[in-house]
Amino acid sequence: MRFIKRYKFLMTTLIILTILFVVNYELGIKAVDITVYSLKEMVFVIPPVFVLLGLLDVWVPKETMVKYMGERSGIKGILLSIFIGSAAAGPLYGAFPVAAVFMKKGVKFSNIIIFLGAWSTTKIPMFLFEMASLGTKFALSRLIIDIFGIIIISGIISRIIPKEEIEKIYINAEKF
Amino acid sequence: MNFTLYIITIFLLILSYFKDKKKTMKALKKALKAFENILPQFLGVIVLVGILLAVFNPEIISGIIGNRSGWLGVLISGIIGAITLIPGFVAFPTAAMLLENGAGYMQIAAFISTLMMVGVITLPIEMKYFGKRFAIVRNSIAFVFSFVVAYIIGILVV
Repeated sequence: MRFIKRYKFLMTTLIILTILFVVNYELGIKAVDITVYSLKEMVFVIPPVFVLLGLLDVWVPKETMVKYMGERSGIKGILLSIFIGSAAAGPLYGAFPVAAVFMKKGVKFSNIIIFLGAWSTTKIPMFLFEMASLGTKFALSRLIIDIFGIIIISGIISRIIPKEEIEKIYINAEKF
Repeated sequence: MNFTLYIITIFLLILSYFKDKKKTMKALKKALKAFENILPQFLGVIVLVGILLAVFNPEIISGIIGNRSGWLGVLISGIIGAITLIPGFVAFPTAAMLLENGAGYMQIAAFISTLMMVGVITLPIEMKYFGKRFAIVRNSIAFVFSFVVAYIIGILVV
């Protein structure tokens, strides 16, 4: 039962994929091709990220993380969150497990949101690529707006989400 | 393909092993547990992305963004970006191609911004880590913010 419940979402998508095959065989093949491609991409990023997180969890003491990114970390914590998020590789869903470990280590909630924002949109490797594709003016304008945006969004979300809910999110992070 | 992440990880793992075998095993166990925990969601999302990208192929997407203008076009680009999950190294050249074919900077900015910040397909994963309310609030604000980005880029980059 537990297995079925856990894999319910995956099974639903596989049923949709089967239906797609029946309706349009070529589209079905294409969907499988793209799935295999994404799977490869995932294999290249996700396993090392989890191993790095395991090492971080074991080797970096909570006090260190609290000091640099915790409640009283101030501007230093904000800058560090932006920096770590910007240096990262991979899609946004790769940031969620990292955020969970950060929460376990006592990183401030607003810094977690800043980190997520930086991971999603101010990534350095992506920025260089954006500059080459869309021009310096476009990429630079977007980067500057985003840096302000990320910090403002973090402030808004920390205020909107009630304290008890934030506590629940931190307790939930212990499971991961 | 990019092996840098693997090389760094393996290097740190070996370093950790020489310093403390027990701790290293503990780290690996934690990594495996965390990975196993989220694996069903990851796999589901990946299959869903495959289906969506097969059905809404780049030609359809580029047709919609390229042919419309104004705020309706910006809105549509934003929604497409929020739903799709395209890696940056595919998205940027596509966006550049669309610009050459007459799409506006505002539409492209909205598309890129929601593509990166809003993840409708990955909502199940985000909810698992942060709960429903946080995931919906974060994505909604990021969606609205993307139009601010589009507006400012529309003024700055002409």
